[in-house]
Amino acid sequence: MRDVSIIGIGQIEVGEHWDVSLRDLGARALLAALADAGIDRPDALYVGNMLSGTLGSQEQLATLIADWSGLRGIEALKVEAACASGAAALRVGVMAVAGGIHEIVAVLGVEKMTDLDGEEATAALMTAADAEYEGIHGTSFISLNALLMRRYMEDMGVPQEAFAGFPINAHANAANNPNAMFRQPITRDTYSRAPMIADPINLFDSAPICDGAAAVILCPTERAREFSSRPVRIAASAVATDSVALHDRREPLFLLAVQASALKAYRQAGIGPEEIDLFELHDAFSIIAALSLEACGFAPRGEGTRLAADGQIGPRGRLPICTMGGLKARGHPVGATGIYQVVEATLQLRGLAGANQVPGARWAMTQNIGGVGGTAITHILEGQG
Amino acid sequence: MRLAPHWRVRAQRLQLRGEVCQCCGERLFPPRDVCPACHQPADKPFAFCGEGTVYSFSTVYEAPKGYERFAPYTIALVRLKEGPLVTAQLTDIDPSDVRIGLPVEMVTRVLREEGEDGMVIYGYKFRPVLEREAAREEARA
Ligand SMILES: [Zn+2]
Repeated sequence: MRDVSIIGIGQIEVGEHWDVSLRDLGARALLAALADAGIDRPDALYVGNMLSGTLGSQEQLATLIADWSGLRGIEALKVEAACASGAAALRVGVMAVAGGIHEIVAVLGVEKMTDLDGEEATAALMTAADAEYEGIHGTSFISLNALLMRRYMEDMGVPQEAFAGFPINAHANAANNPNAMFRQPITRDTYSRAPMIADPINLFDSAPICDGAAAVILCPTERAREFSSRPVRIAASAVATDSVALHDRREPLFLLAVQASALKAYRQAGIGPEEIDLFELHDAFSIIAALSLEACGFAPRGEGTRLAADGQIGPRGRLPICTMGGLKARGHPVGATGIYQVVEATLQLRGLAGANQVPGARWAMTQNIGGVGGTAITHILEGQG
Repeated sequence: MRLAPHWRVRAQRLQLRGEVCQCCGERLFPPRDVCPACHQPADKPFAFCGEGTVYSFSTVYEAPKGYERFAPYTIALVRLKEGPLVTAQLTDIDPSDVRIGLPVEMVTRVLREEGEDGMVIYGYKFRPVLEREAAREEARA
């Protein structure tokens, strides 16, 4: 198996792009990444996207974006794993290069969620859950996460305010990210006064509906210096799954797939959680941030929120997370999110993260989750000095 | 209008019919062809008694399309007496009275309505076990 590196990155500002279509959003991020790597024509394009069929009545999306980017003719495929579609596309790209199938691969994550009203976007997101046994009961994706958060608070004796540290950190970091959707810092007071959207989840515990696109270019590590003076090595790429429905799990408060994908990734990279310098985790909801820290070995069970409360998750803390705003404040254009995480981690490892730079960062972990932990995809990246 | 997807799960929706694995004894709801515990074929029908307790809950104020007339309603994970968790709406209860551990029982109600001339879909919801609550109150008084 060949070692794989990232040689180019591109991203579009996350937000409500009413004047830009899905295909143009995708093409712009892709062309930016190709330009960053100095590549005209990759061998293949893998596109992570969840909702183009549901919200945009558009499939064959990868083929369309390849054509719209001047790449008509190349291998182009869409990859779907709900909110983890971006990282799933990266996983396919890594397999293609590592397996010697392709030399230069482009991976794009793209999502357009604001063309329809919020109700339709909310219904579309629910397709990540079990339609016959969760959706039919009038459950929304937010209420599934609320079920988890309520039981967690009860079992672990954790009050709602304990979760405030996650959105506060995310918004503080997004303030320094020109590609983030929400660039206003928030305070503990803002958090405690926020309206409930699905008790106990308040407005700041949940990531926004938005548009976005981000892309990376991959090649074998042995060739990376031909294209980039600061390549970033993909030291691990690991996928694990759990039941789609929460009710099909023996212990809903422990995200088994998250743990399994992290353990596989640590093994591949030959490091443990203590060596990770920053962690772009999947904070679609504050409860998922806490459960991810616990499942990945950064906090004992029931103590995920304590890391946030103690200020250890800031750019200069013990374990910086969501260093450019995370899903909460950079935004969560679902199928694009996994690639934004990798683009941001690459900026950190290149030393180009500006005010949010994690000093001396060498190892970055990114983790993209589909549904309420049904699919978990972990990548570990290593900077090359 | 999509009839078949609702018709084929009528035993699950109306009778809470699941399965018991003949190999390891695991009770499964909903039924499936392979037991998730021991990976052997599962095929023996098993009717759950319909009693359980609230494992967790969340109240929905802005209902998805087709559910507006029930709002506000409470979604719960119910731990069935025989073991499995099931996702369902609670009914016949004020959202502010719901708590973790509340004993509930299955009832058949309208799950969803698809407009004036559309389908009306029935299925399980759970309500508080009223008699037992009353008896407990009496014992306390
Ligand atoms: Zn079995």
